[in-house]
Formats: sequence, structure tokens, C-alpha cells
Amino acid sequence: MAALWPVPLLISQSLWACLALTLPDGYPEPHNGPPTAGFNYSHVDPSVDLPRALRVFSLDYHHVQAPFEIVLWIMLASLAKLGFHWSGRVPAIVPESCVLIMVGLLVGGVIYGVRHSAPPTLSADAFFLFLLPPIVLDAGYFLPGRLFFENLGTILWYAVLGTLWNVLGIGLSLYGVCLLAPSSLGDISLLHCLLFGSLIAAVDPVAVLSVFQEMHVNEQLHILVFGESLLNDAVTVVLYKLFESFLRLPSVTGLDVLVGGCRVVVVGLGGLFVGLFFGLVAALTSRFTFRAQVIAPLFVFLYSYLSYLTSEMLHFSGIVAIVTCAVTMKQYVEANVSERSNTSIQYFLKMWSSVSETLIFIFLGVSTIQDIHMWSWPFVCSTLLLCLVWRATGVLLLTAVVNKLRRNAVTFRDQFIIAYGGLRGAICFSLVFLIDDFPKKRLFITTTIVVILFTVFVQGMTIKPLVELLDVKRKKRALPTVSEEIHSRLLDHLLSGIEDVVGYWGQHYWKDRFEQFNKKYLRRFLIGEHHQTHSSILRVYQEVERREQQGVEETPPVVDAHSSSRPLLPEEMDSIRRILSRNLQNFNNKQMPAYSRHTLHQDLTTDKTRKPLHRHQSLTERCTYHTITYCPQRADGEFSKSCRGRARLSRSHTVCSASPRWSERPDSLVPAALNHTQPSYPGPAEEEQDSPQRRTQIERATKKQLSFILENEKPL
Amino acid sequence: MGSSSSSLNNVPDGQQLMQETGFSAAHLLRLYERFKFLDKDNRGHLRSEDFEAVPELSENPIGDRIVGAFFLPGQETVDFSSFVRVLAHFRPTEKNRTRAGAQPEPANSRNRKLKFAFRLYDRDRDGKISRTELLQVLREMLGMQVTEEQLQSIADRAIQEADLDKDDAISFDEFRKSLEKVNIDHKMSIRFLE
Repeated sequence: MAALWPVPLLISQSLWACLALTLPDGYPEPHNGPPTAGFNYSHVDPSVDLPRALRVFSLDYHHVQAPFEIVLWIMLASLAKLGFHWSGRVPAIVPESCVLIMVGLLVGGVIYGVRHSAPPTLSADAFFLFLLPPIVLDAGYFLPGRLFFENLGTILWYAVLGTLWNVLGIGLSLYGVCLLAPSSLGDISLLHCLLFGSLIAAVDPVAVLSVFQEMHVNEQLHILVFGESLLNDAVTVVLYKLFESFLRLPSVTGLDVLVGGCRVVVVGLGGLFVGLFFGLVAALTSRFTFRAQVIAPLFVFLYSYLSYLTSEMLHFSGIVAIVTCAVTMKQYVEANVSERSNTSIQYFLKMWSSVSETLIFIFLGVSTIQDIHMWSWPFVCSTLLLCLVWRATGVLLLTAVVNKLRRNAVTFRDQFIIAYGGLRGAICFSLVFLIDDFPKKRLFITTTIVVILFTVFVQGMTIKPLVELLDVKRKKRALPTVSEEIHSRLLDHLLSGIEDVVGYWGQHYWKDRFEQFNKKYLRRFLIGEHHQTHSSILRVYQEVERREQQGVEETPPVVDAHSSSRPLLPEEMDSIRRILSRNLQNFNNKQMPAYSRHTLHQDLTTDKTRKPLHRHQSLTERCTYHTITYCPQRADGEFSKSCRGRARLSRSHTVCSASPRWSERPDSLVPAALNHTQPSYPGPAEEEQDSPQRRTQIERATKKQLSFILENEKPL
Repeated sequence: MGSSSSSLNNVPDGQQLMQETGFSAAHLLRLYERFKFLDKDNRGHLRSEDFEAVPELSENPIGDRIVGAFFLPGQETVDFSSFVRVLAHFRPTEKNRTRAGAQPEPANSRNRKLKFAFRLYDRDRDGKISRTELLQVLREMLGMQVTEEQLQSIADRAIQEADLDKDDAISFDEFRKSLEKVNIDHKMSIRFLE
């Protein structure tokens, strides 16, 4: 169990933050400083603007109130998160979202107790405009592209049809319940029930992400749940707005329903096109940023946010837009901007989305402390029950159909996890506040809060043990070796050739066509010329220079016991992989569903070399891969042996030095590996001598960095 | 259409091939039609020129190896049964299939698939992938944009990883071991041949 001593410290700091937040309204005017220089102010009205003597100290809180409070909230959120990771065994049992909500509840309670009025709630505008976009952008940017598009059909199936099923099912059943209890619930109309159903049925990406990331399920399952939670926004938003407008209409005709149906399509496609447009523009802009590299990351964020705002303005689905924008621009931007900019982009994305998410959960907790709750046992309990039941039946039915068309069937265990992992979160919460006022609105709010809390706490906490119980296939983690890469490539080519012989046109015809189009036109247009070809020597040289400038701490790396001689740096692995993938000749490839060769190379650079930095997952899980090896400081002689004539690489640089920072994410060494195409081998002799000593040194060095590790997070 | 068995009569050795390879009658028929399509001059067998007429295959980096794999050693032509037997390797593996010990291993078993892939490397059929053979394949796959040194490094690395008995070549067992994490059934199966 980790030391618990930081926890009280953090708690005290949090309490200080709470108190500061509770004080402003009641804080007296800061004009009570002792009079100085002999002037007597005891009879002067402080509000009169008279010249005063100089004071040594003065306090003017109102001047800075708004930003001060915002900063305090963010500080509170971050300290809570910090405390969570320091708190020993808690992370293993309770997901972070739960802890944050509890902190929010605590803070809300404190504020309520001090001020005797409701604490600030999460305004829907703040949520939708400021807090949600970073999370979705982060999700979209690190979306595993290949997996996503392969499973896109299934994801859309679940997202659209599943959400429709849930909405209608929950809405209609709730109406039935209301009919059964006319005394207390009689004034809730069908449309109200449908409206409520539309907002409560939506699975929330924020909550789902936060729980699933800690769970390490296999990739396919992860992408199914995650993709569904992202895409069902389109359906949810449309249905919500539809029912809301129906409520305002005097009567609803069949034509309105039809129009509503069309709107679903329009909203989704509209968001898609807005996202595509902005993504391409962003890619094009990034092409010209090499002269002002410092602001390159800014464009990524600006364009993404702009796409979100534009589609919200047009009443399209903002989430679909921002995800599309991120997915579209990613490959071009990454090719165009410098490595440091790439790092900046990724870190900022992670940071903002992390802060956003934390704030959302804390505010969820705070907003629960309200004056305006209305309780109704039948309504609340039946809502909870119906949510579970309808989701389960929906998943079962849909999967039964979709399994016939898929290669990798969604197993029963996966289905259970999909159904059980349908967490509701802040989107429902914000949407319920936006409902036009009607007598039972408070009931809806209370019910929504209860459902959210239930799903996040109960389902969030029990899903991990249940997963272990059901033994869901875990993600395989080890990186492929070079042999595997080569042989896999060969097999891809082989299969492609055999398919050509047999005359099989697979379902990836369009994917391949797109890839050809991409290579021929888009990449040429959107990626700057000097980034398109590899000049390996130059790149290696630049890389070395860059490292020197970064002042990388030269720590001796760990030698893998697995391969005693000539272990490879992660960058080298990356570069080999990229050589294998990028230099493959183009030809029309019709591949097996899961392994299209054209997208594989992108995935190698995205999935494997740039494993998403899971926000909750410690950055150092990668560190414990035993396939990752580091090479020690290389003798200059060895280096020059393996790259004869490349004398430009100056002697003191070792290309494969590994800083503790980099060592945390060896397989996501994007900046380092991006342009590094030169595999180089160290000499065997020195390593073996120094390896034990260096191993302990690197362990100590990495342990220093492992402050965010959850101790009990084991590599799987 | 008549019953499948009557059309199957047109296919030489149809029944026997079905039993041997596990293809269904419909698939066999389809493959026969494809065979006839490739056999432009209607000779009843395929030559390497017929294979090379497939446009995408000629662009495939290892296209000539794949074509070569259809031809038995010493043969210049491929008749339909050889054609089907080679393609039988690419049927998806059936799970839960029990077979009597005496039956030969089905063509689409994981082992047989791997052997087929192994033979792509090992053209001289000596049972080992030597460094030169590996280099040749790498050169074909990686084309002109990689330097000779990089190729050598990659080949070195690959052999070093896989070579357990340190004979500087990859035997079939080592090959199989290095691919144990890869889902061969997935990578080497054409779904529509199920």
C-alpha cells in the first residue's frame, strides 16, 4: 500500500479550495484595513470614492473572482485526481469517475452547508461548449483508425438502431408505468416520456471511456462500445430535439415523424461533412506551418473546435463533426508538423480532456446537492430497471443479427460487457436541464441523477470484477517482432495474390480505392513536399541534433534479457516497421477484412507506435513490456561501422539514448521515431558488461517518473 | 440450375477433390470457372503466362513466388486438381473439427498453411530459410527505397530473433514459433472459400 501521507495534504488543500469557493458571496468588502498615516476613516462610508491613504496590504477579490474561481475548481479537480492516484488500493476497486463524483458530492455538501443555498450547477452551455469538445477531440484524435473502420458497420448498427430501440423502448415503457400510477405520475405525457427516454438512453462516451480504459478489454470490444458511445450522439441529439419540438407543437402528425426521421440522417451526415471540411482545411494549413512551427498545434485545436461550433450552430451533431475532423486531419498533420509540435498536440489533448473530464465528474457530484429534487419510487426504480433491461435485450437482438455478417463474432461475454458497460454520464445530465419547464421536470432531474450515479457507481465498480469473472479476452499487448512483421507482410501479399488468382473482390474494395485516392491526390496536396520523401541520413542527423537540444538526460537503458546481442531500440523497431510498411509498393490490395494492408501501415504508425496515452492508464505500463529493449551508449566505432560513411553523425551523440521520459512510452515515441528511418545496431560488448548496473539505474530513473502509476496496475 | 452434382460432373475429379480438399460443390464449380477463365487458350492446364496475365498479380512484389507455388517442382503446367489443392490451403480453418488419426492433415490446417508460406521463402526446398533467401524476399517486398544496409540490418535482426539453434538460418519450426502470436487462420484464409 502506498504511503497515505500525501492524502491528508491533498484533502486539506481541497478543503481550502472549497472554502475559498464558498466565501466569495459572503465576503465583506475589503476596506477594513487599518488606517495609516494618521487619517481617520472610521466614519467614512467605504463605498464613497474618497482618496485613501496608501495601504501596505489590500485585498480586492472581486476583481479576480471569476477566473480565480474557475482556477480553483480546476485545481480542486486536479488535486482530487492526484490524490486518487496516490491513494493505494482505491484505484483498483473504484474507478476514477466514482471518486471524482464523490469529491464533488463532498464539495457540494460543504458549499451547501456554508452557504445554505444550492452550489453552482453545471450549466448546459458550459458543458456542451467548453467541457465536452476536448474530450471528444481527444477520443477522435487517438481513435484506432483501422479497427474503427473495420467495425464501422457494427458500430453504426449498435449506435443508430440500438439507440432507437432503447429510446422507444424506455419511453414507451415509462409511459406505461406512468399510466399504471396515475396518482403521482399522471401528468406525464407520452411525449415527455419519449423525451426522457431519448436523453436517458444515450450511452455516454466520457463515462464509458473512463471505466473501460482501466479495464483493458480486447481492442474489438473496446472500439465497439466506444464507437457506439461516440456515434449515438447524433441519434440522441436529433431525437431529443425532435421530441422537444414536438412538445412545443400543438399536435404531431405523421409527416412530422417522417421529417424527424430525415433529420437523423441529415444531422449525422451534416456533422460528417462539416468535420471533413475542417479536417481537410486544417491539413492544408498545417502544410504551411513549417516556418512558424510553434503555432502549428494551435491550428489543430482551433479547426477542431471550429468544426464543433459550426456544426452545433447548424444543429448538426457536433460530436460527429469533431471526431471526423480529428480523424481526417490526423495523418496529414502528423506528417506535416514537427515532432515537437506533434508531442505538444498530443500532450495538450490529453491534458485538456483529462481536466474536462475531471471537472465534469466533480460538477456532477456538486450538482447533485440541489434543492429541487423530487422523488418518486416507481418512476425512479422503473427507469433504472428499464434502462438495464432494454439495453440488454437490444444488445442481444442486434448482435444476433450482426454476428451473421461479421467474421469475428461478438461473443456472449462481449455482449454482456457491451450491455453492462452502457454508462450514462454528463450528457444526459445537461440535456435534462435543458428541458422546458413543466411540473415534473424536477422528477426527471432527480431520476437522471440517480441513473447516472447508479450506472457510474454500481456498474462502473462492478464491471471490472465481472469482466474478470467472465474472462473477457484481454488485449494482447506485446509488440510484434521484426520477424513477425516481415512474415505478416509476406502473408498479406500472399493472400492478396491468391485473391487475385481466385478473382475475389473483398469488401475492402472501397477502402483500397480510398487509399489509392489518398496516396495519389490527397497526400500530395496536403502534405508538404519536404515531408514526403524520406532522407534517412538527414533525418537521423536532425533527430540527433534535436535530442541534444532537448537536453535529454542520458540514462543508461535496460537491456532485454530476451535477446542478448544487439537489442533494438524502440525507435529502431518503429523505423523498421515503417520501412516495411511505407516502402511497400502500391498496388490494389483486396485483403482479408481484418488485415487490409493499406490501412495496416497507418495503423502501425498510429496503433502500435502511437498507442493512445490513456488518461487513466499510467504512462509507464509500456515500460514493463519485456519486448522493449534499449540500447546502451554506443561506441562510436560500432556506430560508424553500421553506417559507414555517415560521419556527419557526431561522436558524442548516441542515437539510441533513452531518457526516462521517453522510456515511459517506448512504443509511442512518436517524435523520436517519426523520421528515424535508420536502424542502427549497438555493439554487443559493452552492454553485457554494464547491463546489470544500468538496469538498476534505469529502473531507479523510471521509478522516479512513475508517480502516476497505479501500483496494482499490472501489465497484461 | 440442375443439381450441383450434375454440374460437378464437368469438373475433372470433382467428387474426389471435394473430399480431399473440403470445398463445397458450389465452390469447386466456381473455382473451375475461374480456372477456365484463366486458361485462355483452353488447354486444360495453366502455364505461368496465364498467371501473369492477371494484372494485379504482376504488381504484387512476391507475385512470381506465388505463381511458382502453384507449380509442383519440375512441372511446367498446373492442372485443375493442383490448382484446387493449392487453394485449399486458404480455406478458413474449421474449428472443433475432429478427425481420425489416420486421416491426413487437412490442407487448411494451421500447420499446412505455415508450410505453404515457408515454401514461399524457401525456394530451394532445403528446409531452411537462409539469409540470402530472406534477403531476396525482403528486397522484393521493400523495393528500391531501402538501402542495402538497411536490408541487411533487417534481415540480420529477423534471423537473430527467430534463430534458436544459431545456424544462421530459419528452420520451419523456428518459423512457426516466430509466428505463434499471429492469427494465421485469419491472415491466410479467404473467407469466401468457406
